[in-house]
Amino acid sequence: MITPQPDHHVVIGGPSGSPEPPLVDLHPGRSQMAMARARLALRSFRGGWAIFVESRIGVLSLATIVLFALMAISHPILMATVWDAEVYDPVTGYAFDRLEHPSPPNWRHPLGTDPLGRDVLSQLLSSTRSEFILGITAALVTVGIATTVGAVAAYYGGLVDSLFMRLADLIIALPGISLLIVLSALFKLNLFYLALIIGILGGFGGTAIILKSQALSIRVKPYIEAARVAGGGHSHIILVHIIPNLLPLSLLYMMFTVTGAIFAEAVLSFLGLLDLRMSWGIMIHTANTGGYLLGGTRYWWLIVPAGASITFLCSAFYLVGRALDEVVNPRLRRHTA
Amino acid sequence: MQTPMAAPNQTDGGQDALVAVSGLTKRFPVLKSLFRQPSSFIHAVDDVSFALAPGESLGLVGESGCGKTTVGKLLVKLLEPTSGGIHFRFPSRDANGGSGEPVDASEIRSTDLRAFRRQAQMIFQDPYESMNPRRTIYDTIAEPLAVQGIGSMTNRVDRVTEILTRVGLTPPSSFLFRHPHELSGGQRQRVAIARALVIGPSFVVADEPTSMLDVSSRTGIMSLMQELAQQYGISYLYITHDLAVARYMCHRIAVMYLGKIVELAETEELLRNPLHPYTRALLSAVPVPDPRFRRDRPDILGDLTLPIDPPPRCRFYDRCPVATDFCEGNPHPPMEEQTPGHWVACYEA
Amino acid sequence: MATVREAPVLEVVDLSLRYQTRQGEVQAVEGVSFELAQGQSLGLVGESGCGKTSVATSLMRLLPENAYLAGGQVKLGGTDLLPLSDDEIRGYRWRRIAMVFQAAMNSLDPVHRVGQQVIEAIEAHRMETTLADARERVARLFRMVGLDPQLMDRYPHEFSGGMRQRAVIAMALSCDPDLIIADEPTTALDVIVQDRILRELKVVQQELRMGMIYISHDIGVVAEVTDRIGVMYAGRLVELGDTADVFRSPMHPYTAALMSSFPSVHGERLPLVGLAGEPPNLIDPPAGCPFHPRCPYADDICRTEFPDRSFRGDNWAACWHPLDASPLSEDRQNQDF
Repeated sequence: MITPQPDHHVVIGGPSGSPEPPLVDLHPGRSQMAMARARLALRSFRGGWAIFVESRIGVLSLATIVLFALMAISHPILMATVWDAEVYDPVTGYAFDRLEHPSPPNWRHPLGTDPLGRDVLSQLLSSTRSEFILGITAALVTVGIATTVGAVAAYYGGLVDSLFMRLADLIIALPGISLLIVLSALFKLNLFYLALIIGILGGFGGTAIILKSQALSIRVKPYIEAARVAGGGHSHIILVHIIPNLLPLSLLYMMFTVTGAIFAEAVLSFLGLLDLRMSWGIMIHTANTGGYLLGGTRYWWLIVPAGASITFLCSAFYLVGRALDEVVNPRLRRHTA
Repeated sequence: MQTPMAAPNQTDGGQDALVAVSGLTKRFPVLKSLFRQPSSFIHAVDDVSFALAPGESLGLVGESGCGKTTVGKLLVKLLEPTSGGIHFRFPSRDANGGSGEPVDASEIRSTDLRAFRRQAQMIFQDPYESMNPRRTIYDTIAEPLAVQGIGSMTNRVDRVTEILTRVGLTPPSSFLFRHPHELSGGQRQRVAIARALVIGPSFVVADEPTSMLDVSSRTGIMSLMQELAQQYGISYLYITHDLAVARYMCHRIAVMYLGKIVELAETEELLRNPLHPYTRALLSAVPVPDPRFRRDRPDILGDLTLPIDPPPRCRFYDRCPVATDFCEGNPHPPMEEQTPGHWVACYEA
Repeated sequence: MATVREAPVLEVVDLSLRYQTRQGEVQAVEGVSFELAQGQSLGLVGESGCGKTSVATSLMRLLPENAYLAGGQVKLGGTDLLPLSDDEIRGYRWRRIAMVFQAAMNSLDPVHRVGQQVIEAIEAHRMETTLADARERVARLFRMVGLDPQLMDRYPHEFSGGMRQRAVIAMALSCDPDLIIADEPTTALDVIVQDRILRELKVVQQELRMGMIYISHDIGVVAEVTDRIGVMYAGRLVELGDTADVFRSPMHPYTAALMSSFPSVHGERLPLVGLAGEPPNLIDPPAGCPFHPRCPYADDICRTEFPDRSFRGDNWAACWHPLDASPLSEDRQNQDF
């Protein structure tokens, strides 16, 4: 006879667990679902924020980025209100009030003027916006490509994987800055194209390899198999299960890409290879072509503001990335979790 | 107590078997390379045959690496067999509820695969890793419905709410929008069961669903699975390393050793009257929660190996305490019915 | 205090351990006291999170950064280990107290021969040995744990999981400790291998007259290898007694529930009785007896006051309403709670 007798099992009745007060009390409709999800997102953001603020360097760096963002916003406001375009335009302006250029800082030109008689502070502020646009575009392109390539290569494996990874090897083997120099000699590179090229090189290159190795560790999780048993197709698994779990790492590499893009711009502009109106790199380039870089600290206002901005903004993005790493990667957290 | 239909014949599966497996074989290449043909294979599952009646629960018991999980994955088409056949005869979904047309697993193509997934589901071992940590409990349980486009959203919420109540996660509204890490292991395994059952399958592969749980939650999960099987008429292939758990969960038990089923019988018959020397060893190695009980010492030799290109003789020969010259010179013994319903693959049994 | 017949090897008095976490302070171990005579083995059982592993790590003083000892004494041969400095405690680890934990088999260094690693353990803690003596000793240890001494010069990857776990046990025995702590040493292994290791461990422990603390969630294993058993719940020791007596007639309802939810392959197929609910949150444990929310016998006093010990011979349980001395198996036939 067949023996198992399920009614043999007696389970003590009682509450299972001690659930927190319900998030949704009634039968959830569409809007309540959306509300509940929004609340969840807010809660997980708060949780991440609590860890982030424990890193003093992270908070300081974030404050630096916010400061630069305020600088970027302030330029059009100043131009529209207190600054006369004929004097203060970062490219075409000329400080008639000074006889000699470059002239040192004074109350009308807090950071002095450049060799062509333009206001340095105005140049600095207007460049900030370009740097943000460049950095963020490059980062979005890089991470968009790298996340997709990484997830697809890891999920399908085989030929697709081999193709993408050999392409990545090829790009890593290319000397990046030299390639950009050649490209900028061949084409007129504006801010947008530069961002695109940096993004594509990063996205198909090293970042793709890093995100792919992370995607590989996600791909072998049992929940991927569970999704297949549920009936999920390839695109469902990639979009719903692999990519969302890659995003924290993607965010981290976005921060690092911003740093790389701003540096690349500075180098190319310094060499005079970019077709830009104004940037921190061009400011240093202008000082250099006038021979003022050799003048030591005498003409410091031509170099220090732009140089310091490059250093601070790049470090800030990098350090925010490092602080985010601690949020994203629990193994790095100090023993308080 | 509900009596499952007569246990089907071990090999041909009978006419009304829900799942009939014959000669199922899966080999994994040992060295995979782009440029070379693999020369060695792990014979993970080797010529395995059994059948499962509707409503029956069959235990697949063996040590790690014996191929039991591979069998489970083959049956839900997470893996494709190297050779051998799997035939399903799912109950039809129309009003009269009789058996549907037989389905050959190897013929299921992408369009039929979704229909197949509604009938055959799987519960995974690890309640911590088998759920996407970034998705809510609602998302996890509703996934089969969502990817198959079943029901409107409000309808899915209803179904998820109902199944949460059924698996004992009440009130359901307090679980819908939690994340897996906020739940205990036992609660998560209840979610995993809900996910497998929300779509109404008739066959579920349960891969060690309680092995990572504490004793107190384990009993709850075991009795829940039994209740649900009775209520929804589900058949389990219950994969476990623990004979004691199989005793409570399964009508019949198949013991696997290195890719082969070596013994198959009704549960109490197998435990009281084990015929294969490996089954006997396995049984006597289980610790007994009774200090006065003195069990026999298992007389098995050596250590478990991997079935990489195994010699054609009996798989158990190297470790067998009763092996003879006959065992050495002959192929792996066939499954033979010693007493009605009790099958064993051993020349010396 | 219980009367002491011979000086115990180990005496744990009122041990309390806390973990600092983001959510609050976890009372991982609370007022645990027991003693262990020479050559005696004590099993500690309980569900995950009940504090059994925390007790073991406190004895070895191998605490994570966020843990601190809130009180108590751990006396090994009369010396309290808790106030000792890190350097002093190092002299006790391995030499006096050795530990084998669940993942120990993965702790062997893959690039060194197994025998060499055991020799290093001997050399690090006992200065007097020559290499030939050490090898002779390793060979003896290998034989003791059922390993062929010829395997000494093999690498860990050439060993199976069971063999590696035996090698780790040999290493733990290498300095003749007074006390060995085994924390789920066979949980990751298959039953046949587990059976052999348990038999060998038991023989060695009795031959060397070591004290042993065996920690496991598997009460079947504990029933076979220990003389005494301690049941832990929510960081507290709730029952302690002679293994055979506790199994025959448990006093604490939690012990009874643990035992009746444990399936057995041998003997009658008794019904399994589960335990509803979850163990309490140790950041904010319930008042009174921590088991009261899940206990079928709980009444007002259980909800307000932590129970005194009820004695039956040498056995005790921390329970206001200890179970009768009727054999468990009879009780199980008709119990219906």
